[in-house]
Amino acid sequence: METLTYNGTQIEVNAEGYLKDMNQWTPELATEMATQEDIVLTSKHFDVLNWLRAKQAEGTPLSIRKVGNSGIVDIKQFYALFPGGPLKVSSKIAGIPKPASCI
Amino acid sequence: MQEILERPTTKEAAVVDKNKGKVKKVLVICSKGKLEDVYAALVMANGALMEGIQAKMFFTFFGLEAITKKNADHLHTATVGNPAFMPGMPTMVAGLPGFEAFASYMMKKEMDKLDMPHVTEFLQMIEAGGGEIYACKLAADMFHLKKEDFVDEVKNIITVGDMYALAEGEGTQIIFV
Repeated sequence: METLTYNGTQIEVNAEGYLKDMNQWTPELATEMATQEDIVLTSKHFDVLNWLRAKQAEGTPLSIRKVGNSGIVDIKQFYALFPGGPLKVSSKIAGIPKPASCI
Repeated sequence: MQEILERPTTKEAAVVDKNKGKVKKVLVICSKGKLEDVYAALVMANGALMEGIQAKMFFTFFGLEAITKKNADHLHTATVGNPAFMPGMPTMVAGLPGFEAFASYMMKKEMDKLDMPHVTEFLQMIEAGGGEIYACKLAADMFHLKKEDFVDEVKNIITVGDMYALAEGEGTQIIFV
């Protein structure tokens, strides 16, 4: 079992570093996780993260295309905000499971 | 037995994998114009970008159909000469006028259900993700196609030599469809 300690709280993550329980997520934790991905979070990043979390809570399968149609960012901006694989990186920072999406 | 004992644990293996032989770039060559072949190429290129891997695409021969303004969103699947398509379907029936169009329509409907983008949108997604799309000069000359015949995402019409230059660098894989 892998854990991540933040502010004295033990947070369970899987082998790839994704949170096991999305309710343990806080914006501060996101900032910390983003630092490890060399990303400094802005309000635009948080708009995307909150959208991802809302969709995940609804049970909607996530894809890059859906993020592109979200009205928050287009696909190009999404890649620019979260370099190195935007959907997987943003999902990790958003505290949600890695999306099983091929598109 | 000795080998088994010396095999690294999964975690160690993962660390080794991370540092060695990682795919950094893919060059996807699409030489066919059938709906399913073009999608295979598009999914692989886009999938690479999604993983943070660079992607370049090179369309040649009938694959050029997939990047023409005229036909990109009107590709068909082959119903004749495709034994995996509706096994048991007699070839003569599959060859009836309109059958291929109908089969392609049904296939696209299924793809819509899976939220798969149309070809032109897929090409836009790939470009937005930093991917590059090229057309083959020899094939374009052969089919009398010019830059203006292709969708805007096509960066250039290039030679086979230029294509290999796209694949330069360690950790590049070439995928031929």
